[in-house]
Amino acid sequence: MTAALRAEIRKVLTTRMWWLLALVLFGYLAFLGAVMAFSLTTDPSAVSSSLGTVDKLDGLTIAKTVDTLAVSLGYVFPLVIGALSFAGEFRHQTISPTFLAEPRRGVVLVAKLAGGAMLGAAYGVVGTAGAVLGGLPFLLVKGDGAHLDDRGVLADLVFSVLAMAIWCVIGVGLGTLITNQVASIVVILAFTQFVEPVLRIGLTSVDRLAEAQKFLPGAAAEALAGSSLYSTTGVVTLLDRGWGAVVLLAYAGLFALLGRYTTLRRDIS
Amino acid sequence: MKGSGARRAGEAVEISGLTKSFGSVRAVDGLEMVARPGAVTGFLGPNGAGKTTTFRMLLGLVAPDSGTATIGGRSYADLAHPTTVVGAALESAGFHPGRSALDHLLTYAPFAGVDRRRCEEMLAQVGLSEAADRRVGGFSTGMRQRLALASALLGDPQVLVLDEPANGLDPEGIVWLRTFLRHLAHERGRTVLVSSHVLAEVQASVDDVVVIAHGRLVHESSLADLVALASPQVRVVTPDRAGFAQLVADNDWKVEVAEGDLLISGASAAQVGAAAFRAGLEIHGLAEESGSLEDVFLRLTRGPEQQP
Repeated sequence: MTAALRAEIRKVLTTRMWWLLALVLFGYLAFLGAVMAFSLTTDPSAVSSSLGTVDKLDGLTIAKTVDTLAVSLGYVFPLVIGALSFAGEFRHQTISPTFLAEPRRGVVLVAKLAGGAMLGAAYGVVGTAGAVLGGLPFLLVKGDGAHLDDRGVLADLVFSVLAMAIWCVIGVGLGTLITNQVASIVVILAFTQFVEPVLRIGLTSVDRLAEAQKFLPGAAAEALAGSSLYSTTGVVTLLDRGWGAVVLLAYAGLFALLGRYTTLRRDIS
Repeated sequence: MKGSGARRAGEAVEISGLTKSFGSVRAVDGLEMVARPGAVTGFLGPNGAGKTTTFRMLLGLVAPDSGTATIGGRSYADLAHPTTVVGAALESAGFHPGRSALDHLLTYAPFAGVDRRRCEEMLAQVGLSEAADRRVGGFSTGMRQRLALASALLGDPQVLVLDEPANGLDPEGIVWLRTFLRHLAHERGRTVLVSSHVLAEVQASVDDVVVIAHGRLVHESSLADLVALASPQVRVVTPDRAGFAQLVADNDWKVEVAEGDLLISGASAAQVGAAAFRAGLEIHGLAEESGSLEDVFLRLTRGPEQQP
């Protein structure tokens, strides 16, 4: 198991993808952090036109919204790098030497899930740091401070990292189900950038289905992080943190199990 | 428990009743064969004969429909540290194009329980030291073959399974590979199983040959016995076909017609010439032709229904 995990870590670190994506993630979230911090610390009437009627947010809520942006808008990064774990091996046919080195395919899967959790946590740190640093100048100058000494804010930071870690694990599971690298990235982009946001807002507008959107993976991740752009702007409501974790982990487990008993049982030829 | 020391004795590859179908196509059909320690075994057959599928079943990547394939009596999946027992290089063996040669080996090093130094040594052994830090994406086919071999050797395995290892190697590389594989088998007692669809390519390096066609075993012997099948023929140019038919029948030789000439097997040119002289038959040309191994190979693999 330790050999398999060490091998998985080396696989990630010996190609350029991980730091290229991390760099883009940092830049993207620093930008979003700055934009959001600027907008939310600006007169709310300017914001309300696009996101419904918003009461003036207090400084703490603004800080939490900015600090959890990685989970609200940046989770596509750990998801993609996670999916590449298996899909990339099928793409480059390195799956054969991988299973030659460790014929117990369940062990390979567990090593990849564990490696994915570590990589996802690192992305969580990078993305959250980007959001916090990007938003910081505006919160300090235009708002009433960054509230980084607030326990709630600190908890949001820690749980954001955890949510990003689980996103990467979900990505690993997804990569076992959609082993075509291009297809898996297209599905991830389509789901995260279009299907889920539309579903969340759409379901919320139907009374009897409003509860269902809370169980979508993106909503569960935001619940785990403790705050979200969607909820603070009054668009949706979230589960509480514990249930968010349960739902998100359930997705991770479900995908990994499905992959184990479909793709990973097949012949590798 | 066998210690790693006990495993140093060679391990045979044994395949028995191995069968695999893909849809209605029977890729491997009741295959029986053995590759013994201390010898290089050529696993031969035309493209599509089932060589790669057989290797993939031996290595646990493809599940057989029935039959067994074992290494030292155990199936691949039952080996505790498989890369220290079997080193394999498959034809479509993958490399991540963005990973350097050394990093490629380092990625698999934890399974073989080896360190960076061993990885560097293996690169040196296959002549890739200069390219250690270059990304594999820029490698030639020959360099990839060498890297695949280095990966296979990483765990100092008892058994080497190489799928078409000479593909893409330059003539110098082929000579090097031959010398290297023979050294591993003969001096170090390793079991070396090498597939190829070109007999000539492995003719100089193998001790034993296993020939398959349409997923079935059609020939298994030492190379010497295979060579013996390529018996010489005598080409005769003559206007007197009928006379020669009688001569062949009288002497229990065999004859076939090729390009208007007669090809007589079972006799030397001297014997045919002497007999024709005694019988007063007219001869315009008489030449001994050494039988080609490639012809034997083609004859063996032409179709299983024509084989005993």
